[in-house]
Amino acid sequence: MSRQQVYNGNELISLAALDAGCRFYAGYPITPSSEIMEVMSKRMPKVGGGFIQMEDEIASIGAAIGAAWTGVKSMTASSGPGISLKAEHIGFACITETPLVIVNVMRGGPSTGFPTATSQSDLMQARWGTHGDHPVIALVPGTATEMYYETVRAFNLAEQYRTPVMILADEMLGHLNTMLDLPDPATLDLVERKLADPKPGEKYRPFAMDQGDVPPMGAYFRGYRFHLTGLNSNEYGYPTIDPAMIQAQQERMMNKVANHTEEMLKNDAFNLEKADILTVAVGSTGSAAKQASKDMTADGNDKLGVFRPITLWPFPEKELDALIASGRYKGLFVPEANLGQLVLEVERINRGRLPIQTLQKVNGFPVTPDDIVKRVKEVF
Amino acid sequence: MSFHYEARFAAIGGQGIITAGAFLATAATLEGKYATQSPTYTSQVRGGPTKVDVIISDEEILFPKGNKLDLFLAMAQKPYDRYYSELKENSLVIVEENLVQNVHDDGHRIIRVPIVELAEKEIGLAVTISVIATGLVVALTEIVTPDTMQRAILSRVPKGTEALNMKAFQLGMDVGTKLK
Repeated sequence: MSRQQVYNGNELISLAALDAGCRFYAGYPITPSSEIMEVMSKRMPKVGGGFIQMEDEIASIGAAIGAAWTGVKSMTASSGPGISLKAEHIGFACITETPLVIVNVMRGGPSTGFPTATSQSDLMQARWGTHGDHPVIALVPGTATEMYYETVRAFNLAEQYRTPVMILADEMLGHLNTMLDLPDPATLDLVERKLADPKPGEKYRPFAMDQGDVPPMGAYFRGYRFHLTGLNSNEYGYPTIDPAMIQAQQERMMNKVANHTEEMLKNDAFNLEKADILTVAVGSTGSAAKQASKDMTADGNDKLGVFRPITLWPFPEKELDALIASGRYKGLFVPEANLGQLVLEVERINRGRLPIQTLQKVNGFPVTPDDIVKRVKEVF
Repeated sequence: MSFHYEARFAAIGGQGIITAGAFLATAATLEGKYATQSPTYTSQVRGGPTKVDVIISDEEILFPKGNKLDLFLAMAQKPYDRYYSELKENSLVIVEENLVQNVHDDGHRIIRVPIVELAEKEIGLAVTISVIATGLVVALTEIVTPDTMQRAILSRVPKGTEALNMKAFQLGMDVGTKLK
């Protein structure tokens, strides 16, 4: 049966989650992410999965973490204010090494901000939103098609690395309606978690140190007992104060991302060969930059190149460093729908080699191709 | 030059204009074109200025907000004032005659239609204004055929309201055809 029809961006996230095998959703509705929950509430029961609206955002991510530990793929979604509430449990998911997909459909902030407006002001919240050193994977879709496929990829990364993965969508993409032809779910490449299979009499070690960076994952209600806590734990999941164990566990947890960054990265490159201005932009601003580059080329100026990280965290540090070092560009340009977050990472990698110009828009409306063309003409 | 068309409908939240944008985008995709529908609205359930941008193109659309509008339709003064910008030269401007009285006279083609009055008198239901508006748009722009627009509307309206919505669409078509 053809799956070609008009979809809403948030709906695409839900459908992708279901196609990727997500079988539990817990949430609390919030604009501009609510359609994700609405679709899940209707469709999840039809595939035999669990759906629950909890009393708040904290409880909903708690339920999603619990579900993941019964062996199912699990998801929660919200927007900035709700992600702030979820922050505590995001840390819990990191330290318990729980595969989980967390969607943030970004809106204006801080606090309740501008609920129906678009924004990219949670880029750094995704990286540092919960306390303590913790691994972070965050994907930033820039088109409707990517709302679908990056959600599938988020589940794959979560399963493969046993860690929460955040999708940073935005209001404009969440509420965008467009026609797409979705693939047959059977054709998707899906990753399933490495399951632990302790033999009778053998104790399951959720944080085994001798199984590579990602220990196999257990599941409750499958015949053996184990313990999980937010405290630093030993291999068996019980609290420990052994300094060597804590150090080793913390480092292994971080190494899941640090040692596998290249496998997590995905970038979009547009007109980088002819260009002499290197734009670094993510999400819908990245798509606007590509349109701006096309508009400029149509006007006889093909000097705007666009490097668009789709995996924001971990950041494509080597790739950007190589572009800066290539000598092809006279400057860097960082447009973003916030007051300067992505630019911090670009500055760090640039190490003062190229001049950096910015465009920072936080009035509730998206960065447009015209905004970019105008700013490029102004500053370069 | 490739085909590229930008429409913006502006209204008061609750008038149904975001849905009208979805009808247009759906109809365009039924004709094999790329189309996006991107709404902008406020936190109020109804009453705030609202707009919807529809881009129709024969190429993939990278950015779904309009900046060179071929068509601007406004159902009330406040959203007209807020979102009247980014028009191309010689754009078509359609306004609700009784609710948008202060109209810029800056070279665009202006069509005034008492859409709310038509909905109340001819259909008997003010909620049909957005469907009447889509009829006007199809008649005046021919951007999609009446047939695909009807199919788009029928694919998205609640069951049991089909006949009423088709009547409203036809009313918009008839009024629009006379104004061509």
